[in-house]
Amino acid sequence: MTAKTETMTLNMGPQHPSTHGVLRVVLELEGETVLKAVPHIGYLHTGIEKLAEFKNYNQFITATDRVDYLAPMSNNLAYCLAVEKLLELEVPLKAQYVRVIMTELTRIASHLVWLGTHAMDIGAMSMLLYCFREREMIVGMYELVSGQRMMSTYFRIGGLYYDIPPDFESRTREILKVMPKRIDDYEDLLTQNRIWVQRTKGVGVISAADAIDWGVTGPSLRGSGVKWDIRKSNPYSSYDKFDFEVPVGKNGDVYDRYLVRIHEMRQSLKIVEQALNSMPKGDYIARVPGITLPPKEAVLNEMESLIYQFKLVVHGFNPPVGEVYQAIESPRGELGYYVVSNGTDKPHRVKMRTPSFVNLSALPKMAEGGLVADVVAIIGSIDIVLGEIDR
Amino acid sequence: MNPTFLFILITVIKVVVIVHIFMFILSYLTWAERKLLGHIQARLGPKNVGPFGLLQPIADGIKLLFKEDIIPAQANKILFVIAPVLSFIPALIVFAVIPFGDKVTLFGQEIDLIISDINVGLLYIFAITALGVYGIAIAGWASNSKYSLLGGLRSMAQMISYEVSYTLSIVGILMLAGSLSLVDIVKMQDSFWHMFIFKQPLAFLIYLICGIAETNRAPFDLPEAETELVAGFHTEYSSMKFGMFSIAEYANVVNVSAIATTLFLGGWQGPYLPPVVWFLLKMSAFLFLFIWLRATLPRFRYDQLMKFGWQVLLPLALLNILITAVIMII
Repeated sequence: MTAKTETMTLNMGPQHPSTHGVLRVVLELEGETVLKAVPHIGYLHTGIEKLAEFKNYNQFITATDRVDYLAPMSNNLAYCLAVEKLLELEVPLKAQYVRVIMTELTRIASHLVWLGTHAMDIGAMSMLLYCFREREMIVGMYELVSGQRMMSTYFRIGGLYYDIPPDFESRTREILKVMPKRIDDYEDLLTQNRIWVQRTKGVGVISAADAIDWGVTGPSLRGSGVKWDIRKSNPYSSYDKFDFEVPVGKNGDVYDRYLVRIHEMRQSLKIVEQALNSMPKGDYIARVPGITLPPKEAVLNEMESLIYQFKLVVHGFNPPVGEVYQAIESPRGELGYYVVSNGTDKPHRVKMRTPSFVNLSALPKMAEGGLVADVVAIIGSIDIVLGEIDR
Repeated sequence: MNPTFLFILITVIKVVVIVHIFMFILSYLTWAERKLLGHIQARLGPKNVGPFGLLQPIADGIKLLFKEDIIPAQANKILFVIAPVLSFIPALIVFAVIPFGDKVTLFGQEIDLIISDINVGLLYIFAITALGVYGIAIAGWASNSKYSLLGGLRSMAQMISYEVSYTLSIVGILMLAGSLSLVDIVKMQDSFWHMFIFKQPLAFLIYLICGIAETNRAPFDLPEAETELVAGFHTEYSSMKFGMFSIAEYANVVNVSAIATTLFLGGWQGPYLPPVVWFLLKMSAFLFLFIWLRATLPRFRYDQLMKFGWQVLLPLALLNILITAVIMII
């Protein structure tokens, strides 16, 4: 008599502690080995892309925060850059530098959340609290510049919402002073840890060729050894003026992706320091009547400025007909905004090329053949944000 | 007074007192764990319920009692109810043979500070701890949930695998002590250098690792790996049934610590302080270690855990027995 074996279908999520939000993965298991992993998405669909068609260009900046709530500044930046490209608007150097500082701090904050949750998924529970302790400093910076801790909406089309406050520099220097030591601490806890290495080395391997074929970008791609970073290849917002390295891994496993992100945090600190040291003087927003808000004193004293302010707030502006694509290197990979203008005050279409969505599609490739416990490690290592996937 | 009656009376009183103290230690172990984890993780831990959050365990208990007791519709009802009891009772009765002090004289009666000094004490411990696995296995199966089933299977495999090395690690001590009675073993370690931790360092390490694995604590907490299996075998349990599982887990932690104290650190013996205090101190050191590990280490993967148990710990335990035997003959 032969025994009949059946595979087991395990529904992981959408309510599951380690699917980082509402991801649902349907696993086909034989024992604990994963034969098939199918990610199901759509549980966090917000219709943000559609919303863009009903808001004028300035109003939509607020919504971009909500796309990737762990990296709000990156989304602000990508969208503002896209619209600026459409308008052919030159952004003052100071604004560009502040944008670089804030997006790099965002990268660190986002990687901290990733590290905390990823380590927690693998069982190192204290990491979560350590990482959130450091993230608090960066969230404090958001609050300092924009008044909001999470949904900052600090960038405006043409520059920034407001000039940097007086203690901006000292607070940033504080982060620059504290963070390297803290990153060392994280590495002490994990990098050489036997259990951590066993759990992550050789797990969820994706080759460089496969990663490129699947369109994987960001640290997940660089973990496989592909040196591709939009900050280097298509510099935006003065990134070509800063000296930094693009860390790459070798094996394309969970461990390499971990190392890449840890090194990226250090590189981000380096960029922030350079930007802070060479901060140019000047205005924080391009002064283009009808596109950007006039200075407040002018609004109170001059008739024309008052009219411009009124018209901009009530009607927005009408960019020329055309379509642009602008990509940036968000903490998760290539974040692109494709904006189509039909000449009215509202975009005809805004399409977001979000890295999490594309990276998630490679999950089955990495997870199949591994164990259930690996699936958790792999989901953690590709660092997805569900808001970005479903938008 | 009839001596038999007196014996029964004293034993009953001892049982009642010790069970209460034991439960007290358990509930405050949860407090200590939360407090310590809190401080290790740069936060404060419980602090609002009573001074230093000291009433937190009581609040937890009351909360658990008042929670709705859910039995899933598809579960096997009888086994589902029995399972928590099955893991709770063995965890509780293991403590019966652990001596926590020397004889004391009360009201002219000589009283052993142990519920029962049976001559097969060690055997009793291993027999009873092995029973605990039934509760977990049955819970995993009876819940009729895939996560519970996987959790139950994992912990069954894990506990049985580590049981082997767990037991073998003690054999060295048995050979040296020549007795299964825990009181005898304690009495053999009458001075600092006579403690078995120095004579059997390898056994001590193996015992400790297996002990952690036996109790399903980090880094071997796979059966209830919340990030993989939601809550493992007790996913479907709520209210006091869940409470019993968690009490059983803490009871096992205390048991492993108490046994380690007895076997390797000379039990209640120590200078200046009263024996019971020494016993509690040594036990607390182990408890602290358990909590510390939980705060620090990531979790093993199932296959790595099995490999570690069978390919590393088991040969080492056998080697330890061999070395002990050779040294004894020489």
